[in-house]
Amino acid sequence: MSETAEKVKKIVVEHLGVEEAKVTPEASFIDDLGADSLDTVELVMAFEEAFGVEIPDDAAEKIQTVKDAIEFIEKQQAAA
Amino acid sequence: MGITGPLGLGVERFWRRLVNGESGISAIQSFDVKDLPAKIAGQVPPGTRAEGGLDLNEWIPVKEQKKMGRFIQLAWVAAAEAIEDSGWAPEDEAGRCATGVMIGSGIGGLEVIQEAGLLVAAGKSRRLSPFFIPSALVNLASGQVSIRYGFKGPNHSAVTACATGVHAIGDAARLIALGDADVMVAGGAEAAICELGIGGFCAARALSTTYNDTPAEASRPWDKGRDGFVMGEGAGVVVLEEYEHAKARGAKIYAEIIGYGMSGDAYHITSPTEDGEGGYRAMKAALASAGITPDQVQYVNAHGTSTPMGDDIELSAVERLWGDAARGLAMSSTKSATGHLLGAAGAVEAIFSILAIRDNVAPPTLNLDEPSRPSPIDRVAKTAQERKIEVALSNSFGFGGTNASVVFRAAP
Repeated sequence: MSETAEKVKKIVVEHLGVEEAKVTPEASFIDDLGADSLDTVELVMAFEEAFGVEIPDDAAEKIQTVKDAIEFIEKQQAAA
Repeated sequence: MGITGPLGLGVERFWRRLVNGESGISAIQSFDVKDLPAKIAGQVPPGTRAEGGLDLNEWIPVKEQKKMGRFIQLAWVAAAEAIEDSGWAPEDEAGRCATGVMIGSGIGGLEVIQEAGLLVAAGKSRRLSPFFIPSALVNLASGQVSIRYGFKGPNHSAVTACATGVHAIGDAARLIALGDADVMVAGGAEAAICELGIGGFCAARALSTTYNDTPAEASRPWDKGRDGFVMGEGAGVVVLEEYEHAKARGAKIYAEIIGYGMSGDAYHITSPTEDGEGGYRAMKAALASAGITPDQVQYVNAHGTSTPMGDDIELSAVERLWGDAARGLAMSSTKSATGHLLGAAGAVEAIFSILAIRDNVAPPTLNLDEPSRPSPIDRVAKTAQERKIEVALSNSFGFGGTNASVVFRAAP
């Protein structure tokens, strides 16, 4: 697992209070990890803070799974 | 009934310590007080539940904690104790819809407002948490308790500064009497021990500042040496229930609410009138709604905040209303031990009034070494007194000139 993936996983565990094992790449924040719409807003803010990236609202809406988040952040980092 | 406050968690422990004359006032630990003239407060002690301390992780899932200002967390813990104690757990939809919540707060999530303000000042408005607003809103104490237990009746809140607790309990009792609910979880919560709260009340010249080195002596209602109130934090919650409803399910009944009265001073934003007629009228209305006369009340839990002006004004109002019966009356200020819990004060003091009836004990007014003036009323100086107490009245008065009194009687 990449460094970014590890970090994303850790943030998800901390913010949603879920077990690490549940945070698989396919896991959906809302359907599998018990997040509500406000939780996902906060989660995206935590990603922005941790990775120093900006995630616009329309992009944030498409980040629904752990994998979505990792891919978006890695793309941003590669572009930077 | 449930309490979270400066003398710990749990009604029985809190009451035992209060009757024993222990003080819950200590040096402020949670932030640096070097720039503030007041450096002490009545803080909820950290520790495990078994020790009577607060460890949030024992009560609230970590993920949920950050969605609540501290006042909501304290309300949550007190409500959990109260609801468990009541034994009320409606199993059907009708029961849930007949159960409401009315937990107020004087100020709400002041510490989260402070943090959010700092972000904005630093030009980071986009970093505001989506949970900032629901952490700060006063009625979210009721909202969170309603969600947690599935109580779908009236979901309401009172915000009347330091009279909040009494207004919440009194209004909730009225909602039951009017048929809006069979059961109401009612009370008040406050957690304003932060720079904004201490600094703000210091600016209003309301807090004690000369006893920073001897915190336990700082709250001294009616004493010559008093110089302002000591801020406290905590929550008090009671479960109110329609009498036949409670009887039918064999509920433990501590006491009956028999009277409630309210008034406004229409005078000044922070000071009562010199003759205390606002408080007088609230007490008079409460006794009238109870259908009793002052001589039938054996104990008054005073507002008595330890401010130079307020204490004697309230004393005069009680003396005037009780007349000749003042001689047989006991009146104490438990704020001498807890500090002033602002919007939670009326709620925890309602609980003390109920326990005074249950145990026939008037809790003491600590530090009352030398009253600033004599009175025929026994102010229960320094040591609790065993007394026959069948009816008790509790006062709470708030900024804005708002006054409320509630009257309890021994369970029928």
